[in-house]
Amino acid sequence: MKQLTIDPITRLEGHGKIEIFLSDEGEVDNVFFQVPELRGFEKFLEGRPAEEVPQIVTKICGVCPGCHHMASGKAVDMIFGLQPTATAAMIRELFYMAHFVHSHIAHFYALAAPDFVCGPDTPKAERNILGVIAKVGADIGTEVIRQRRLAQEIQALLGGHQTHVMLNIPGGVRKGLTAEQRDDIVKTAGGFVEFARFSLRIFEDVVLANKDYVDMILQGPYKLRLYSMGLVDSNNHVNFYDGHVRVVDPDGREHCRYQAVDYREYVSERVETWSYLKFPFLKKVGWKGFTEGNDSGVYHATPLSRLNAAEGMATPLAMAEYNRMFSVIGVKPVHNTLAMHWARLVELLYSAERCLELAMHPDITGSDLRTPPDGIAGEGVGIVEAQRGTLTHHYWTDEKGLITRANIIVGTTNNNAAICMSIKKAAQGYIRKGVTVDEGILNRIEMAFRAYDPCFSCATHSLPGNMPMIVNLRSSSGELLRQIRRDL
Amino acid sequence: MENSKPKLNLAVYWAAACGGCCVSVLDVHEKLFDVVAAANLVFWPIALDVKYSDVEAMPDGFIDVTLFNGAVRNTENEHMARLLRKKSKVLVAYGSCAHLGGIPGLANLSTREEIFKRVYDECESTVNPDQLRPLTVSSVGEGSLTLPEFYNDVRSLGQVTAVDYYLPGCPPQTERLLEVFMAIVSGASLPPAGSVIGASGKAQCDECTRLKSENKQISRFLRPYEIYDDGITCFLEQGVICLGPATRAGCGVRCVKGNAPCRGCYGPLEDVKDPGSRMMSAISSVIDAREAEEIEKIVENLVDPAGTFYRFSIPSAMIRRKVL
Repeated sequence: MKQLTIDPITRLEGHGKIEIFLSDEGEVDNVFFQVPELRGFEKFLEGRPAEEVPQIVTKICGVCPGCHHMASGKAVDMIFGLQPTATAAMIRELFYMAHFVHSHIAHFYALAAPDFVCGPDTPKAERNILGVIAKVGADIGTEVIRQRRLAQEIQALLGGHQTHVMLNIPGGVRKGLTAEQRDDIVKTAGGFVEFARFSLRIFEDVVLANKDYVDMILQGPYKLRLYSMGLVDSNNHVNFYDGHVRVVDPDGREHCRYQAVDYREYVSERVETWSYLKFPFLKKVGWKGFTEGNDSGVYHATPLSRLNAAEGMATPLAMAEYNRMFSVIGVKPVHNTLAMHWARLVELLYSAERCLELAMHPDITGSDLRTPPDGIAGEGVGIVEAQRGTLTHHYWTDEKGLITRANIIVGTTNNNAAICMSIKKAAQGYIRKGVTVDEGILNRIEMAFRAYDPCFSCATHSLPGNMPMIVNLRSSSGELLRQIRRDL
Repeated sequence: MENSKPKLNLAVYWAAACGGCCVSVLDVHEKLFDVVAAANLVFWPIALDVKYSDVEAMPDGFIDVTLFNGAVRNTENEHMARLLRKKSKVLVAYGSCAHLGGIPGLANLSTREEIFKRVYDECESTVNPDQLRPLTVSSVGEGSLTLPEFYNDVRSLGQVTAVDYYLPGCPPQTERLLEVFMAIVSGASLPPAGSVIGASGKAQCDECTRLKSENKQISRFLRPYEIYDDGITCFLEQGVICLGPATRAGCGVRCVKGNAPCRGCYGPLEDVKDPGSRMMSAISSVIDAREAEEIEKIVENLVDPAGTFYRFSIPSAMIRRKVL
């Protein structure tokens, strides 16, 4: 037995490790994706006043802090028995759309594009955002940075700071919008829409026009038949801020559609000794191991699963792109992992359109920002879609509103089992007896993982678009047989 | 090129962190091109593909400046803290976690076993009948897998290795980072080792534009949701705990500008042994009462003193464990 270790994976949120076990014949036996980090928020939130928690949980992740702030803010509203006012709910969602715009732009250009614009076999030194700029022009690089900055500025304006935001207060928001600020956001959001459409055109020209890429997406070892999860509105259209969680089975049939408070009826998590990160699965289907198909409770919660789980998008341009994606691929649900990149761009367009729609709403500048407090109900659940999956925060409090228990299922955690399986499939597809494991093969294994935009991968917000690896080929006694490195 | 000076070797590393410090570096936005023109980024896991082994291969002192963010939570964090100390001429504790322990330091209110029990056994959606725990070495059918050891205590960077400078904030305000960076690049003389940089010697209140009366006195503490903030009056005068009087300025009073009270992420004004008690004494000086009984009644309204006054600094407290 040989063991390949890919450690440490840089550009992870935290640190990650992939272990690949080879049989004596040189075929992939098993793959483990390990998360070696825990901070324990579920424990140390205990004793904190509920109204402070939305500001504390942003520190779970400085890359997607807005998601934790929103899920937590909704849970805390419920603890105090409050619904936010109409204006407050719109301001929150407006903030949240800017959060999506900044994240999805960064992921596509810095992370996904290098594999396609430059190509998966391009020398590593060129396969990064700079390589992308070299291919498509320097103007685009500057524009990517500018659009991301504008999205960060909207978040800072509403949230006090773009990263560790303090927008939410029980029943509403701390700050409203002036007419002048609104006008600026309308202008900026119009630019987001144009930039999102431009990004879809790049995808069209670079990826869809290239038969090799289309073959890799559709025929390569990047396919997993899993359940798909996503938040939907009353029309079963994708929503990021609010709605019901809908799960469809691998054939596209509705498995469940639940409200936030009922999540425990549908999702459970299991523990493995080799990772600090738990493994969620669909409770009613059950855990059958790291296997795919209708009988396995493994699901994914990604841009692609959200589009699979929904029946459309709530804005017109995104709806057209949604229809186009499914009609080009020719099947729904789509199980091709690499199609997550396409789905992410459809979502970028939706976020941009929704941002504009909210900014133009006459009530967005309203002054009714908070519902007055009225006692303490003592328990609250908040669910939003984070960029990287459905995010659940659940708290209980004592009669003073101090947290007594907290349970959190983070976006990427949903995908823990799916990521392990995707890496294994890609490794099995490319590492074979007699095949030399080289740079290009490492990158193709990595592409399986990268599609999820995992939150422990701050790669979303990184510069070069690829991840270095050291693969140690070890004998069963642990002796190092050969090392393949990919460094700067 | 007009720049004849050799480029600085700059490293940015995260230990037990959320990534927000690294994002604060990325938020230089278009100025990133200026940074890259003045410095070689030799190690930055969020953005660059340089491995630990490459750092190990660097000569000692090869890195001019390392911005180390995150607390020390496990064996891997500690290993990297010591390694980067050795490889760096100047080691900067960047952000609240490296500076004082930060939010992850709140975990010191519990033990490791209490955290594991909550996360892996008790969490309401977790099913773990065999009470499994992550192990530093696990045997799986195909071989063995390892994980870093999770320590009982969270520590700040300065508690693990010698630190040259502290750049505070959760996260540090990007403008402060740029000022410090440009000062280093221009060759300006650096303050004595051990100093706080990228922050002011003044208190938050000195920069805050909210209205305050000469002699503020509090007769009752209220929680932020219990008041209707008027957006213009000092939070303390509205009865809400705000750590502005005892916290260093430098962030641009961003929380108060976001209509939220200061929670002290920039750390105490002076280099004090116990940041939280410094915060507490600043607040107690504005309590409008003289009789012990009266004071007690006012303080009774104050929920979660440990989590409020030591929000970002439990590992730096004199008593670094649960005391209340």
